Amino acid sequence: MSLGGLRLAVPRGALMRDTLDLLDALGVDSAEVRANDRKLLFEDAGLITMRPSDVPTYVEAGAADLGITGKDVLAEQSERAVYELLDLRLGPCVMVVASTAGEDRLDEALRRLGVMRVATKYPRIAARHFERTGRQAEIVEVKGSVELAPLTGLAEGIVDLTATGTTLRENGLVIREEILASTARLIANPVAHKLRAAAIDDLVARIRAVMAR
Amino acid sequence: MTAIHPTPSGTRDVLPDELREVHAIEEAVRRVFTGRGYGEIRTPALEYEQVLTRGDPAAADPAYKLFDEQGNVLVLRSDMTIPIARVVGTRYAAASPPLRFCYVAHAYRSVRPQRGQDREMLQAGIELVGVPAHEGTAETLAVLSEVLDAVGLTDYRIGLGDASLYPALLDAHGVPAPARAAILHELVTRDFVGLEREVEGLRLGGEATAALVEVPQKRGGPEVLDHAGTAADGLRTVLDMLPAVVRERVILDLGLARSLGYYTGAVFEVYDAALGAPLGGGGRYDDLLGRFGRDLPAAGWALNVERLHIALVGERRGELL
Repeated sequence: MSLGGLRLAVPRGALMRDTLDLLDALGVDSAEVRANDRKLLFEDAGLITMRPSDVPTYVEAGAADLGITGKDVLAEQSERAVYELLDLRLGPCVMVVASTAGEDRLDEALRRLGVMRVATKYPRIAARHFERTGRQAEIVEVKGSVELAPLTGLAEGIVDLTATGTTLRENGLVIREEILASTARLIANPVAHKLRAAAIDDLVARIRAVMAR
Repeated sequence: MTAIHPTPSGTRDVLPDELREVHAIEEAVRRVFTGRGYGEIRTPALEYEQVLTRGDPAAADPAYKLFDEQGNVLVLRSDMTIPIARVVGTRYAAASPPLRFCYVAHAYRSVRPQRGQDREMLQAGIELVGVPAHEGTAETLAVLSEVLDAVGLTDYRIGLGDASLYPALLDAHGVPAPARAAILHELVTRDFVGLEREVEGLRLGGEATAALVEVPQKRGGPEVLDHAGTAADGLRTVLDMLPAVVRERVILDLGLARSLGYYTGAVFEVYDAALGAPLGGGGRYDDLLGRFGRDLPAAGWALNVERLHIALVGERRGELL
């Protein structure tokens, strides 16, 4: 069983295994994807693999009809014209504000210096959160290992995604606020959503049936 | 090394090879407009800001705003519909309807520039003024289909919905005003997960919840209208009035919501598998002209000429137009 001729963008990284398990449960053979770490395009299965943050780009442009990616990615790229069809409830995690244990350095910076420095891979979610809560923050965008920023004095705190909190704890950071809960979502290109309506609805129904098991 | 003199973000130059093909598209479009009795008009690219906001408060967020020497706020028009509504209210204040206008003109929006989406975009479209509800909608759809045929597209489809359908459904289930705004926001931002969350939060009971969540996701042939009951009577009538060749291009879409605030009835969008975004769209806006002093029903649409061109090239790889 394939995806009815649809092309699905599959996220590499933390969501990949759960996504492939879901595809197996739908009867889509994911063995080739699991066996090939470097191959990106699996024409027969209708799958392409990429970084989760690239999934909305491919789906918006129609290079993929459907995609699976985290709500965190969708919230960060909220201007993307894609349909959000289904909460797959995979990979649950939380976007949090964290800083070093002990007295909150974020509070101190805000009180004494008027602005707090926050390092993050999610500059727009972070900026929106501090605007909404009426605090001035300087957002420092980094591409990886955000935990390093407050330990080295680059920033007083971070905004990052955490599933279990282990990485935060290991780096001596504590969660100060929760911004949003995230799970994997099924998204669709707006034109494919109309032109391939029957195939997409059929797939969504099959996924719902698998999730209800 | 030569100096680089860029154009503003979201704008670009068009050189002869491209423009030759664009002209071929424009000529095909204009032939249909003329044949259908639509008269082409031009309006200034600059309008007073209060003219645009009178048409649609959302038009107050234009891409480009400037001041004239007397301190008036001017904006570059974000579409041609509101300027034409102004023309009808001023220059055609006493003319008897129906009025048929067409245009091939640039509009300016503060969009994120990407493929087929410039901030300065060339639009080709029509406005049909004074032909009421379903008859007028059917005429604009027939002209739309004729234009797309004349341009040479073979695989296009037209999504057809009704801007009043989902609000009517919310009324029927007694959804209070603040919740309505939240639900409509989810619909316009295409977030069905959020829509389901908002609707379930109202605790309306199984049947109402199912209707409010599932109806806007229905799209396909005429059978989808069965899900909307009498709220879809308008769409049924329009569909019956369409010539068969147009009807078979139509995808009925009970969740179709366009971001412009002035639509009151039928709304439509044009799709082609060669491009991941709609080629254009339009709908019925019966309240807009009243804001400019002529209380007439109206409908119209605009196609993005650059996107037409991309779709055409995508459908016919390698052929010159």
